[in-house]
Amino acid sequence: MKPLNNKAWFMVLPVLVLVAFSAIIPLMTVVNYSVQDTFGNNEFFWVGTEWFQELLTSERFHNALQRTLLFSGLVLLIEIPLGIFIALAMPKRGIGVSICLVLMALPLLIPWNVVGTIWQVFGRVDIGLLGHGLAELGIDYNYTQDIFDAWLTLIVMDVWHWTSLVVLLCYSGLVAIPEVYYQAARIDGASRWAVFRYIQLPKIKRVLLIAVLLRFMDSFMIYTEPFVVTGGGPGNATTFLSIDLVQMAVGQFDLGPAAAMSLVYFLIILLVCWVFYTIMTSYDNDEIG
Amino acid sequence: MASIKLHEIAHCYNAGKGAGVDYALKPLNQSWENGGAYALLGPSGCGKTTLLNIISGLLRPSEGRVLFDEKDITDLTTEQRNIAQVFQFPVVYDTLSVAKNLAFPLQNRGLANDVIERRVAEVLQMLGMQAKANLKARGLNADDKQKISLGRGLVRTDVEAILFDEPLTVIDPHLKWQLRTELKKIHQQFQHTMIYVTHDQTEALTFADKVIVMYEGAIVQIGTPEELFEQPKHTFVGKFIGSPGMNVLPCELRGSDIVVNGNKVALGRPVSVSREDSKGLELGIRPEYVKLSADCGIPVDITGVEDVGKRIVVRSKFHNSDVNIILREGEGIPGNPGLIFEPSKINLYQNSYLVGTV
Repeated sequence: MKPLNNKAWFMVLPVLVLVAFSAIIPLMTVVNYSVQDTFGNNEFFWVGTEWFQELLTSERFHNALQRTLLFSGLVLLIEIPLGIFIALAMPKRGIGVSICLVLMALPLLIPWNVVGTIWQVFGRVDIGLLGHGLAELGIDYNYTQDIFDAWLTLIVMDVWHWTSLVVLLCYSGLVAIPEVYYQAARIDGASRWAVFRYIQLPKIKRVLLIAVLLRFMDSFMIYTEPFVVTGGGPGNATTFLSIDLVQMAVGQFDLGPAAAMSLVYFLIILLVCWVFYTIMTSYDNDEIG
Repeated sequence: MASIKLHEIAHCYNAGKGAGVDYALKPLNQSWENGGAYALLGPSGCGKTTLLNIISGLLRPSEGRVLFDEKDITDLTTEQRNIAQVFQFPVVYDTLSVAKNLAFPLQNRGLANDVIERRVAEVLQMLGMQAKANLKARGLNADDKQKISLGRGLVRTDVEAILFDEPLTVIDPHLKWQLRTELKKIHQQFQHTMIYVTHDQTEALTFADKVIVMYEGAIVQIGTPEELFEQPKHTFVGKFIGSPGMNVLPCELRGSDIVVNGNKVALGRPVSVSREDSKGLELGIRPEYVKLSADCGIPVDITGVEDVGKRIVVRSKFHNSDVNIILREGEGIPGNPGLIFEPSKINLYQNSYLVGTV
């Protein structure tokens, strides 16, 4: 038998240590909290799956989850088509390319809490350009009181902030398509729609998948911006899972339920990403009947 | 179907950018008869593809007009010209099945479903791809993908012309031969005007009735394969066509004799060409028409012998020129060899262009 060179395992150690400190240990701490209860003094009691049972039946969690899913859904429905449309409209060569790329990248460079602050001020009815302007026009707009207005503000803000990401990803996919495909389409007499449907869309599908996943994860975990703009209000109208979680963990210091919620939250994101990924890639290998 | 006429066509890619005019295609006039099978032959970068794209409308020429049946169509789009073109590298619609790929050009033109189905079935059979009809195009290998590209070019029966831009480059050699025969058959059946771009002389010579040889953005000769072989109008054509190509030796005229580096070429008769100035004069002779004989002719050094299957190519050196000789069956290499040229096959060139035969 060949002697095994076990020394190679030492090479893996640095990564192991890094992953342990960055992921495994913090995650296990959360798992640990989620099955225990504490009354302070660093005393912990085993409660088993009680927190999970409580969470999954709680109306507060269901409502927050529904709000978050609705928010992510709306954000995806707007940003993905809009992003593709803008990417298609962007110039393919010349000076316009750089100008467009820089303009597109600008919103992405702004820190999240600053984005929140910008829109918080922008939308204020007393001093904000948008809020005050709308009021002057006689439109009844107030995101601190009206649920619809609050949602509208958050979604417009997210579209403003993140559509660029979808645009940039799609654009990178579009410019990678060889010119000869467009030439062949002209020879075949393809309409603009057919070119998009049978050449451009299949070619950008992979980057589009990345865009969908990133936008879903980001919007599903959104915290800073709504916290700054609406603080979860009016009432609980914009209290998304993340805001709820922080209230529970930091505000009420309910470590056990908060830990259980974190894990469920994490699993939902994982599950939805897996579903997106499976749907979008399984289509590749299908045989047409 | 239409005859195609190029009137004073020229193209340069940097037109209007200030820099000197750098023609990718030098001004030319050319007619393509309705129903002809043409091959455009030339090395890479000689303007073949540019010429093709001008005909199909993918490129607007910087000068000149394109006429289909005497009708000026220079400003028409590719779609309006109703031309089929097959590209060098496979272009398939990934998400569509093989059959749908073939149906695509027909569907875009709004043909009836039963017509489409019939044509697709015919093309599938022609390509031998019936078994793969329902497979998605993306998973296929390069050969099959290129066959689909070819099929999309052939599926429309009403096209004015079919243009092929080196369509068999990526195809496996034995399949290449088969598809070429298939194309030839299609041409006989439908009598489409076909223009076939290639840099492979065998392909050009087997496919076309007329071969157009291009060199540095200009057409240097148009002719039947035989004409190109026997009387190349430019030394480039002589060297490019044939394997090995024509031997070209600098020479001069002295009275009625051709003299190559001090050696008189045995002609058996006086030269009919007369030139006042022998500057840039060259003699062209195909290796097939050169004989080696002992102790007479133009003395050469043999540098190599290559057995290329059916025939033997002898490489020799004469001063600074290489001369290739093809040995006939049963011939050997004599000691102290000399070159004998077959007089009726000698072509004379001045500044690379044909000035006469002996």
